[in-house]
Amino acid sequence: MSAAQPPLLRVSGLQKLFPIRKGFLKRTVGYVRAVDGVDFHIDEGETLGLVGESGCGKTTTARCVLRAIEPTRGEIHMRAADGSVVDLGKLRPKELRALRRQMQMIFQDPFTSLNPRMTLLDLVGEPLLVHGMASRREREERVADLLTRVGLRPEYMRRFPHAFSGGERQRIGIARALALHPRLVVADEPVSALDVSVQAQILNLLVDLQADFQLTYLFVAHDLSVVRHISNRVAVMYVGRIVELAETTEIFERPKHPYTAALLSAVPEPDPRVRSRRIVLQGEVANPAAPPSGCYFHPRCPYATAVCRAETPAWQEISRGHFVSCHRAHELHLAGVE
Amino acid sequence: MMGEALLSVRDLKTYFYQDEGLVKAVDGVSFDVAPGGTLGVVGESGCGKSVTARSILRIVDRPGRIVAGEIRFRRRPTNGAAAEVVDLAKLEPNGQEMRAIRGAEIALIFQEPMSSFSPVHSVGSQIVEAILLHQPVSRREARDKAIEMLRRVGVSSPEQRVDQLSNQLSGGLRQRAMIAMALSCHPTLLIADEPTTALDVTTQTQILELMRQLQHEDGMAIMLITHDLGVVAEMATDVVVMYLGRVVEQGPVDAIFHEPRHPYTRALLRSIPRIRARARERLTPIAGAVPHPYDRPSGCPFHPRCAEFMAGRCDRQAPTLRPVGDRHAVSCFLYE
Repeated sequence: MSAAQPPLLRVSGLQKLFPIRKGFLKRTVGYVRAVDGVDFHIDEGETLGLVGESGCGKTTTARCVLRAIEPTRGEIHMRAADGSVVDLGKLRPKELRALRRQMQMIFQDPFTSLNPRMTLLDLVGEPLLVHGMASRREREERVADLLTRVGLRPEYMRRFPHAFSGGERQRIGIARALALHPRLVVADEPVSALDVSVQAQILNLLVDLQADFQLTYLFVAHDLSVVRHISNRVAVMYVGRIVELAETTEIFERPKHPYTAALLSAVPEPDPRVRSRRIVLQGEVANPAAPPSGCYFHPRCPYATAVCRAETPAWQEISRGHFVSCHRAHELHLAGVE
Repeated sequence: MMGEALLSVRDLKTYFYQDEGLVKAVDGVSFDVAPGGTLGVVGESGCGKSVTARSILRIVDRPGRIVAGEIRFRRRPTNGAAAEVVDLAKLEPNGQEMRAIRGAEIALIFQEPMSSFSPVHSVGSQIVEAILLHQPVSRREARDKAIEMLRRVGVSSPEQRVDQLSNQLSGGLRQRAMIAMALSCHPTLLIADEPTTALDVTTQTQILELMRQLQHEDGMAIMLITHDLGVVAEMATDVVVMYLGRVVEQGPVDAIFHEPRHPYTRALLRSIPRIRARARERLTPIAGAVPHPYDRPSGCPFHPRCAEFMAGRCDRQAPTLRPVGDRHAVSCFLYE
């Protein structure tokens, strides 16, 4: 059964264009291609890390998956709790709302994502109220249980978020996301606003909760070290497209896309004895409103040839489960990290 | 050794007197910066690393002020006269001497390049202003110098960029322009406060590379303030680890990363996610969180989170920095 079971989430051909309007009549003069044809799937219980630099479209992708913003094109198939596969993109608002309990989001900034006028009981209990758990008594019990699960004392439920540190606030945000027993959790940079000594606590908590609640994570982050500690598979985005996707160890040790290799080499390691040989990329990230021809990475790529400037590389499976979109993927020998 | 230092901070205390209570943001900090060297100052939020930098430049905002300590800075020798050492803590923050040092001999680059430039003046005019303030040149020459500086920091077509507003530049370019402005008067000490934190990792590589190259060419010392242990390992020759306004450990970069002594340094190094980890490798976190500055723990500020806490000792008395090796010092009762 499990082998035949479709993935929890399958995204195909996802595209999100933001119109650029100009002039008195606000005519559309062009589009920012924030997400430009993205395909991936996530199996139940696994974590897919989605990495890339600012503006690469990783957050937009995550938001499209939840339909927090409307995708321009593409299909988002989710396997619902009853086993039926639905295309989230085609659901009507009412149907979508019923399915939303199964997908939740954890935000980056625990200081702005929690309403300062609501107590923990209201914050964590709100989703329960919205989805029809009306009895206050029942809600309190559930909130107490959730707070315990994320490592906070249930007595805190009458307090307001300002009384808590960044790490504790992120725990509150996680409790709120878990209130409705979601199956898919989209975490957008959940630890990047936290102190270094607290990041590890939250990462471990996310891993524990995943096991306890059979959660599936789409984990969006820019920090490759963080991603390595949480993901089963990793997708690397560049200017609205996924350029490489593989199992975590595979992609870190044997990257096939020059951009992935450059990203990996750019991470400064906390060890003065391995001051690494860096690949210093020239230039800047391409403008998604006017992307270059061919492979979007070619102006910065040390290996670019004529074909890279002319043609968009195909999305190919270079070895089992390892996908890459690079014309020269077969011939290049790129260094990863051991 | 002490006599040779470019900057010697001794027992610096900068307190903020607020209605809610007293915040001891910097509480007895001492360290040296060698000429041409790179000192990494690491710590988490609230450890006082930025207030230390602002204290050195005497730009601490009210209600904060320096209540004790010395900041001895070796001034640039002028006309063959011997280099004079001044105590910046004793100078008038807006007095003539401090203004002559700030920007010219000690320059600062901030984390957020977006907010460090005026949005209504061109990038060039702001660099020109800095040059005119400290150097006896005409406006025309200052402009040429500004263009030259932009070229040095790797800004392409600087003749055009010089007239652009900061919001027309990308984050990486803005940080380059910031560095151009800071280095336009050839400071002997560059204080870089989280210079790459707001940047993407590939841009961070470019900026760190640039700082290293400029340091090599100009021979200035860098005081690099960051929370990122990777950046420190990459750049620093010596490291100061701070926690809640105090130096808990200091030493050569190799000793800090390979023979850390303080329980906080050790725990911090164990807790950070590493790119060489196994996939989904479990991390070893530090318990608890950095305390709120209003309720500072008694004794050693790290004791509530410390795995090697000794009851009756660590919560009663505050340890002092003691040498444990060559240039390596630690502030912990385990070594007293």
